[in-house]
Amino acid sequence: MGALLKINNLYGGYYKEDVIKSLSLKVNPGDFLVIIGPNGSGKTTLLRLVTRVLNVRKGEVLYNDENIFKMDLKEFCRKVAFVSQDITIDFSFTVMELVLMGRIPHLKRLQFETKKDIKIAQEKLALTDALSLKDKRIDELSAGERQRVVLARALAQEPELLFLDEPTAHLDIGHQVQILDLLKKINRDNNLTIVMILHDLNLASAYSNRIALLDQGVVFKEGKPEEVLTYQNIEKVYKTLVLVNDNPVTGKPNVVLVPGDKS
Amino acid sequence: MRLKRKLLILLLLLVVIIIIGLIKGAVNIPLVDLLLKDNQVIFNLRLLRIIAAILVGSGLAVSGIALQAILRNPLAEPYLLGTSSGAGLAAVIAVIAGVSRIYMPFAAFLGAVLSIVIVYNLARERGSIGDKSLILSGVIISIAFSSVIVFLVSLFGNEAMHEMNWWLWGSLQVYDYKLLTLIAFPVIFGICVIYLFAQDLNAICLGEEEAMHLGIDTQNIKKVLILVTALVSASLICVCGIIGFVGLIVPHMMRLVVGPNHKVLIPVTCLAASVFMVFCDLLSRTLFSPVEIPIGVITAIIGAPVFIILLKKGKKI
Repeated sequence: MGALLKINNLYGGYYKEDVIKSLSLKVNPGDFLVIIGPNGSGKTTLLRLVTRVLNVRKGEVLYNDENIFKMDLKEFCRKVAFVSQDITIDFSFTVMELVLMGRIPHLKRLQFETKKDIKIAQEKLALTDALSLKDKRIDELSAGERQRVVLARALAQEPELLFLDEPTAHLDIGHQVQILDLLKKINRDNNLTIVMILHDLNLASAYSNRIALLDQGVVFKEGKPEEVLTYQNIEKVYKTLVLVNDNPVTGKPNVVLVPGDKS
Repeated sequence: MRLKRKLLILLLLLVVIIIIGLIKGAVNIPLVDLLLKDNQVIFNLRLLRIIAAILVGSGLAVSGIALQAILRNPLAEPYLLGTSSGAGLAAVIAVIAGVSRIYMPFAAFLGAVLSIVIVYNLARERGSIGDKSLILSGVIISIAFSSVIVFLVSLFGNEAMHEMNWWLWGSLQVYDYKLLTLIAFPVIFGICVIYLFAQDLNAICLGEEEAMHLGIDTQNIKKVLILVTALVSASLICVCGIIGFVGLIVPHMMRLVVGPNHKVLIPVTCLAASVFMVFCDLLSRTLFSPVEIPIGVITAIIGAPVFIILLKKGKKI
């Protein structure tokens, strides 16, 4: 079976300059691919390009060999969902209303949600362990609860491919592990392909089957965690000293920071 | 269900306020005599005012909802695109030029349309509409046009200008039922179009990018809704003048009562704004009868405390 998503020689970014330059990457069905890289390396821009928020200047993005910019937007959103890093919602929708919005790509204009849509929304809330929150208003939730609800909304789109931009950004370590365990389980049990950005190299190492290390708009190195997370690669891209040993539990690479003046 | 009860209460309120609106006035007509032939002229006049109040209330409030959602700005209101000052300026020029009163609404409509065209084009950047530049262009054009209005009034101020006063503060005194029928079409059409986009508006509340991730073509929807709300406010302004507050505050009040889901919010707001406007009109013509208080003054005096009470009850908008 071929790649689910193929990025070929991609250029794009913002009005004045390309942030992504000649980037190529493949996402295989069932992948749990983590994108890492320093600030400004183009991680978020890459996700915004491949989810059609930004326009590609050159190159192509193929979903099942079909150019994503030629797909109907709603059809695309039935296949690909996105959880952004920080959604601030000024309007106090209830959790259920928010999760039902995930059904929009499946609805026609003026079509109201059916019992089936409500059932799907409830299933996804149950899956993310958030069903008990369904009648709460979203501004009443804690960061961890909100992240699970936003995830349930993305799952309600019933996508084949899910992008997440730093889903653990505002969470404590307990909630970080909780949300990543949950994603790993959904990835395995529901065969959902996942591509996410993470800053924490050790979380990336522990959960991914593949890692792509970005540097200045290109993929610096891509492969299994033990192939990418070497001290040579990390020191070169992040410009800081690290030690890499094995995580005693998972056996995967464990990156240790070296503090202090190293000059 | 709680929502059904709220809808029922609003509907009952509307019926009651319409009946009171028909009975009360400079002359009070007992309910039983309302349909008598002797009272037909008064009955028709009052009915026209009530219909105008319902159109103005629902039209402005629903436009306010749409603009607050697409611009994600709680201060957005139907006159945001400079329609009010554009219409006002055109009307003042028409008065000075000695244009007959019959053509005033058309002059106002043209002025409103002109200001929309200017503001819309100022806000366009590389084919898309920037939220902030739209709001800023609207504010700047409004200020510029208002200054020209004041300038013209101070230069040419005369008896004819007194007529402008009702218009700048709004009035539901409808002289011409044909004109009212004529504007009913764009207003009702506009409300229906906005309702068609209820689900999209919900998603757009989460932000433009979030909406795109749900398969919504935000830029096009924004353009359609900006034009539709402008059409609604331009149509209303040419018959009833500038009536502030209702388009800004009633949507917020109803968000506090039923939440932000537009599928519910839009119909509930239509009802609530109708009740509000019929009530305000009743006060404007009975409070100091025979002197009529401009309705824009009443909407603000009634609306502000009601809104503060709702806000202080502690729910988030």
